Amino acid sequence: MEQRPTADRLPALEARGLYAAYHQEPVLEDVSLSLPQGEWTAIVGPNGGGKSSLLGVVIGSLSPLRGELKILGQTPQVQRQRGRIAFMAQQERMEWDFPISVRDTVMTGRFGMMRHDPLWRRLLPRRWANPAHRRAVEEALADVDMIDLADRPIGALSGGQKKRVMLARALAQQAPILLLDEPLAGVDPPSEALIMATLERQRRAGRTIIMVTHDLPGARQHADQVLLINRTVVGMGAPEAMLSDSMLARLAVASTRTADEERRVAA
Amino acid sequence: MPLDAMATGLIETLTAALMMAVGLLPESLAAPFEYRFMQRALLTAVLVGATCGLLSCFVVLKRWSLLGDAISHAVLPGVAIAYLLGWPFFVGAFVTGALTSLGIGAIERHTRIKSDAAMGLMFTAAFALGIVIISKITTSTHLMHILFGNVLGVQAGALLLTLLASLVAVLTIWLAYRPLLLYTFDPQQAQALGFNVGAIHYGLILLLTLTIVASLETVGIILVVAMLVTPGATAHLLTDRFGTMLAISVAVGVVSAVAGLVISVQLDVASGGAIVLVASGLFLIALLAGPRHGLVARYWRRWRFNRPAS
Repeated sequence: MEQRPTADRLPALEARGLYAAYHQEPVLEDVSLSLPQGEWTAIVGPNGGGKSSLLGVVIGSLSPLRGELKILGQTPQVQRQRGRIAFMAQQERMEWDFPISVRDTVMTGRFGMMRHDPLWRRLLPRRWANPAHRRAVEEALADVDMIDLADRPIGALSGGQKKRVMLARALAQQAPILLLDEPLAGVDPPSEALIMATLERQRRAGRTIIMVTHDLPGARQHADQVLLINRTVVGMGAPEAMLSDSMLARLAVASTRTADEERRVAA
Repeated sequence: MPLDAMATGLIETLTAALMMAVGLLPESLAAPFEYRFMQRALLTAVLVGATCGLLSCFVVLKRWSLLGDAISHAVLPGVAIAYLLGWPFFVGAFVTGALTSLGIGAIERHTRIKSDAAMGLMFTAAFALGIVIISKITTSTHLMHILFGNVLGVQAGALLLTLLASLVAVLTIWLAYRPLLLYTFDPQQAQALGFNVGAIHYGLILLLTLTIVASLETVGIILVVAMLVTPGATAHLLTDRFGTMLAISVAVGVVSAVAGLVISVQLDVASGGAIVLVASGLFLIALLAGPRHGLVARYWRRWRFNRPAS
């Protein structure tokens, strides 16, 4: 590996004084945090508390008003283009009627990497694509146990199966950082167990997992650390400490307090 | 001019290839194609059908039908102004079409007006401006062609423009196949993978505008949106693969354009209308008889499912 010696010690995600708004509504206020590489972080907070917005800044769907956010020491845009960030979205906004098979859906996760293939490979049909792409896709499909359904159209899958395909697409990127937005929402118990086991394997392989979740027992069981966020960082630390009743109570009142502060500033 | 000669040569070659296919048709159908203008009309019809069919998949999957309608109406003032200034009509058409689609995007992004209202607002305003300008022009026969299309009256210049638009569309979709596919399927993922979604979005809209402008003289402003919706919608009913959908959609576009041309000659009816009616007929067949998503197949499955076990 020809990486700089400091590369291992860089934080996976680092934010300093980050502010962002969505439709003129503040969603992130003075967020500063640092997530280490190779660990599993669960992001917990109320709805509208800025969890997804933080991921939005990383994937580029939301531009910060102030402050900065670095991924492995670089801007998110640079790391997106380098293929260092794999993202699994919530599935509500997907177009499930799209004419595409499960396998081809997972293959779209490789499209970022394919930009770096030589031109002649990119102009030929998939059959002549770099075999590494196909191997990554088959591995990812096997990881989430979807090989048998790989030729089905995605519209024909159940909710849990769709989530597994979305996870497989993120895994196929083989990126060092996995961003997951509520990977367990609307998932049946067998798929849930399979998704968590897959993520455990990814963590053991040295990947950084950053997961927005409402599933507190899951976070207690799997996460190395929990980030409590409600527009601003309420707390960060070990799951037992962060998911205690007193911390969760503080998380719930944080929003009303910031609203009060705003009113004071406005007055 | 070497470019001119190249273009003429290309048109000659394509026409010759098409005439070989026409030679396979029965005598009564093939006879009209001995005329030069019929050969030109045939080549134009094939190119328009194929290009519209290609773009149609993106229009249907991105829910851009109204946007296609908006752009096609918005080219009218451009055509009228170009006519007044003595410019080639497609220059004006392309400019006002592109400006309108940018205006729609701006209204959508910077005000609380939703996209369908923004489209309805912009394209009717542009179309009204076109109507007002045309009403002041005394000889408006050529402009009527733009409204309703007449593939039989296509001149060499328009054919060249159509050929150019087809080449641009095919090349763009080939070179940018994966970004376009991913953007159409899941724009958020395209963004997360570091693709420039803004460039893809406006690139696709410009391609759509170019296709519309190139189809104007064949099917006309009012009906061009049918060629941008019906082939893709038909293909969507028949397959669950994007590549196959593109192929079926192109086939539907070409078959409708050619069959519509032949019908319009045989029955002496308006060519634009005939082309769109054939496309609509193909859609109806797919809707009824499609193997997986067709109505007959669906009711058959339901009937079998509900049948009491014997």
